[in-house]
This record gives sequence, C-alpha cells and structure tokens, in this order.
Amino acid sequence: MKWALRIFVILYVGLLVIWPVYLVGQRTFEGGWSGIVTALTSPEVLHGLRLTLVATFWSVLFNLVFGVGISLLLVRKEFRGKGVLSVLLDLPMSVSPVVVGLALMLVYAPDTVVGRFLYGAGYQIIFATPGIVLATTFVALPLVIREVVPVLQEIGDDQEVAAQSLGATPWQSFWRVTLPGIKWAVIYGVVLTLARSLGEFGAVKVVSGNVSLQTQTATLVVQDTYQNFQPETAYTLSLVLIILAIACITVVSILRPRKARKAA
Amino acid sequence: MSIDIRGVNKSFGDFAALTDINLAIPSGKITALLGPSGGGKTTLLRIVAGLENADSGTVSIEGADTTNVPARKRNIGFVFQHYAVFKHLTVAGNVGFGLSIRHRPKDEIAAKVNELLELVHLEQFADRLPSQLSGGQRQRMALARALAIQPALLLLDEPFGALDAKVRKELREWLRELHDKMHVTTVFVTHDQEEALEVADNVVVINSGTVEQVGPPATLYDEPASPFVMGFLGEVTTLGGQLIRPHDIVIHTDPRPGALAGTIVRAQRVGFEARLHVRPEGAAADGSSDVLVNLTRTFARSLGLHEGEQVWLEPEDGATTLPAAGVSASGRPAPVLGSPRREGEDVAGSLTSKDVAGSLTDCRCDYAPGSVRLHGSGCWLA
Repeated sequence: MKWALRIFVILYVGLLVIWPVYLVGQRTFEGGWSGIVTALTSPEVLHGLRLTLVATFWSVLFNLVFGVGISLLLVRKEFRGKGVLSVLLDLPMSVSPVVVGLALMLVYAPDTVVGRFLYGAGYQIIFATPGIVLATTFVALPLVIREVVPVLQEIGDDQEVAAQSLGATPWQSFWRVTLPGIKWAVIYGVVLTLARSLGEFGAVKVVSGNVSLQTQTATLVVQDTYQNFQPETAYTLSLVLIILAIACITVVSILRPRKARKAA
Repeated sequence: MSIDIRGVNKSFGDFAALTDINLAIPSGKITALLGPSGGGKTTLLRIVAGLENADSGTVSIEGADTTNVPARKRNIGFVFQHYAVFKHLTVAGNVGFGLSIRHRPKDEIAAKVNELLELVHLEQFADRLPSQLSGGQRQRMALARALAIQPALLLLDEPFGALDAKVRKELREWLRELHDKMHVTTVFVTHDQEEALEVADNVVVINSGTVEQVGPPATLYDEPASPFVMGFLGEVTTLGGQLIRPHDIVIHTDPRPGALAGTIVRAQRVGFEARLHVRPEGAAADGSSDVLVNLTRTFARSLGLHEGEQVWLEPEDGATTLPAAGVSASGRPAPVLGSPRREGEDVAGSLTSKDVAGSLTDCRCDYAPGSVRLHGSGCWLA
C-alpha cells in the first residue's frame, strides 16, 4: 500500500511537473551553449525580459504598499461594506486573467471615456507599459493581503495600544511595532507576488496588444517565438522563467520555517 | 497628581458599563479599583488612560481637563494584563521604547534603561527577547517600560491576573515597595480583594458600573456601606438575620442566653482553618440557612467539635454586621428572602426600617413613622 502510494505520487508529480520541465531544459541545451547565447541576446528576448521586470517591479511595489494598507484596514477598522471588500479582493485570484484583461480594456481602451481622457492628458494605458503594469498588479492583488491579514489578526492590537500609551504616533507605532510583527508575512507575500507577476500571461496579452519589441513581455515572447518556428528561443526563455520561479520558491521555503518558528 | 472623574458614563451597545461615575483619586497613593469581572473597572481605567472615550463626563488630571487629550499625550504609564510586550525587541529595547520614540540621545536611553532594569531586577536579562522570560519577569519588564517615560500617573490593568498565586503574592509586595520608593500616583484594577486590601492605600469598590464605596482598606472591611461590599471583601454568612463574617462568630458547646442553637452538619479543614456548617434548629434541610463558622483548627480541636454535635452561636463583641435580608452570603441579591416590591409603593403599617433591605444599587427607602416608601425596582421586605 505504502509503495503503491509512493509510485502513484512519483508518477503524478513526474508526469505533471518533472518530465515537462526536464524536457524544456533538455531542448534548451540541444543547440549547445551558442544557441542559448544567441537566443538570450536576441532583441525580442532582451526587450521582453526588461518589460517583464519593469511590470513586476511596479506590481510588487503597488501590491506591497496597498496590500499592507488594505490589510490594516480590514483587520483594525470597522466599516460598512467590509465583507464586500474582502470578497472583491479575492476576485482577481478566482477570475481568469483573460477576463481581467478584457475588463481593463472596457475601462481604459482609447475609445472609452476614461481612455480618451487619459490619452488626451498624454497617458496611453492600453497597448502600452502602464496597461501591462495595471494588468499584472491586478492579478497579483490578493497575494500580500492573504498573507498579512491572518498574521495581523493573530498578533492583535495589544502592542499597538501599548506603543500608543508610551507616546508613539500612529506612524511610529506602524513602523516600530506593527511592521516588525508582520515582517515575515509581508516578505512571503512579496515573493509570491513576484513569482505571479513574472509569469503573468493572459491579462497582459489582452491589454498589451502583443507588439514585438514594444509591448511583449517575456511570456508573450515565449508564445510568439514558439509559434514562429523559433522553438530554441522559446525553450531558452522558458528555462529562464523557470529558474526565476524556482529562485522565488526557494526563497519562500527558506523563509517559511523561520516564519513558523516566529509564530511558535 | 490627583485625578478627578466627573459624571462619566459609558455604554457598549445596550450594556451600560459605567453609570454616572464621580470619583477623586488622591496624589502619590496607590488606589485599587476593586470589583467583580464585568463591573466596569477596566473600562474606567482605560478612560482615564485615554484608550477609551467616555460617552459623557470629564476626566481631569491635576486640575487640567484631559477628556479630549489623546492617550499618547497624557504621559500616563499603562501596564496591561497580558503584558503587551513588543515581541521583536529585546528587554532593553522594550524598556527604552518610550524614550527612543521621543528621539532621546542613545547614551541617555541606555543609562535610563539600566537604572530601570536594576529597579525591576532584570539587569542580567537586558539582551534577551521577551519570549525567553517568565510571566512575572515579563510583567516587571512591562512595568519598567511604563516607568521609563516618567509618567505622571501609573495605571495597571489586572497586572498580576495572568500569574500563578505565588508569583502574584511576591509581585504585589514588590509593587508596594516600588511605590514607596517612587511615589508615583498609581491606580490598579483587580478583582482580588486580598490584593486590593494588601497593596492599596485607598480602595474603590465598583460593581455593575457604579461606585459602591471608597475608603482605606480597614474602613471598607470594618464598615462596609452595603451588603455587596461586605460580601466582596471577605466571606460572609447569615446569623439570626444579620450578615456577619464567619470568623466573627463565637461558638459554644453549652446553651447561652441569646445564642442560636444548631447542629454541625459539615466540618471541613482547609490548612490552619476549620470551617463548620451549622444548621439552626428547625431550619430547612436544604442547607440554605446554614451558618458558616470559621475558627482555627487548634481551637476547633480544643472544643472537640464534630459533625452532628449541637452548638450555640453568637456574634463576637464588636463584630461587623449588616441586616441580612435581600442578600445572600455570596453578596448577591437573594430574592427568596422576602417579597419584591414595586417602585414608589407605600408600605404603611407596622414596618420599621429594619424590615427593608435593598438590592445594593436600585433600592432607596424613605422611612417615616409607620410608613416606608420604596424607590427603585430592587427592594425586598425582610
């Protein structure tokens, strides 16, 4: 029974994860190092990676600031519509990214009221970097919040009240007491946001217009090169994305036990 | 630093936590707010600290109205029941927190922290994290943290409530010594009457959101203003229609004029003490009118007292007594003892003031020859 279970798990994980990932690596190295270098130095790949990093940077920054802020709001304040807000914040995780992209189009496309206004003011959202940042930020929205909220609930407001009685302003209390208390949850949430933002595809594809060398992120370049009979480029870039994801997961697994130790 | 509380009211939804509290707390003394859980004493303390806002009424500290001053500007040291330590800071970091947010120079903070850690006997733990301390040590650290800002007023919310009995006893002696050194005006909340009587100069008994009595511990014990206060400050039993403390009863093994005859139905020994349950002659068998008598074990042995034996009871000379009707030995109103009367009802006839007892808070009686007028809904006739 024990053996059967082990074999089942190995087969399951192997067929779903290990074998496909291994093949990506194998195909990448099929053309030797020169093929990899050629692929990685091609302008589309470099541009795509740069755009992905830009989108990820802003997505992490926005979700860090607003994630911590909204978490504090949800846990420490009482207001009408709190339940509705909480449900809305889960929406980006449960709705397909393609739908998110389409929804953003409806608001920010150049032929809409908001889009025309912003375009008139000199800002292009859709088919440009701001739209890509917006879409990436949107899909990764709940990750920081879902990490921070339970920790905030667990530590309670005792320490904040104590800081207040010792003369701390709300700002001092946040930086010196609240933030150190939720530090690990915030870091964990940021790493998850990072991984999610690097891999975002669907929403970005819709809002970016998928124009090579202009609005193509790394994941879009993978799809484009694969369909345009440059599989070696697609595989190489895929491997880069896999390595980045593994790096994120590794950081998380290093942090996780520390977090558990903190809580104990 | 005296505190003046005037007309303070506070409700949480439908629940009235405090009703029209008027209280003056003297400077340089330790004052205990004593009362049962849920009686409003912690709410009152938090209002004084500014951690809670009163619905109406004012709080002035040394003449200055602080009602609308935020907690962080009141310069009040607050010690919480569950310590509320800063988990991520060392002991020294915790104690120095109040100074550090005031941007004091580092060496000044270090000197002050050392001084305070010595005061609370934690100097060797300065670099530890709070999780490495015992409960008693954490609470001493929290106290040092509160004292670091040189508060005008020190407030403690059930400071020893979460500690075991032995540590609690040590800490309250230590708190008293500390106060005698520092003389900072101190107010602490407790539901432990022994703690209040032992530590405080002045005790405020609070029940159901109102002040029952204010006074030095000895006065409260010897001259309780109400059956509630008497019952809350120590064990109480009923002897011949009077509330009396079980150790103020003299027990005889032979008949005496005026003494109440009864039979010992139960004899318990707790440490040095013997507790006898005496059932008066002709009393109900359910034990509801049993008289509790406390005496030392040695005295009980010298009299040769056993279960089933007949004894005679009378109050000791000078014992504190109160009319018993309306109140059971636990200090709570006991409606079985008389018939409830409605507000404003005239009870004319042969009644005297002795026949009426209130249920502590809601009953007032006006006595006139031949007539007793009751106000409030909680009155009973004996």
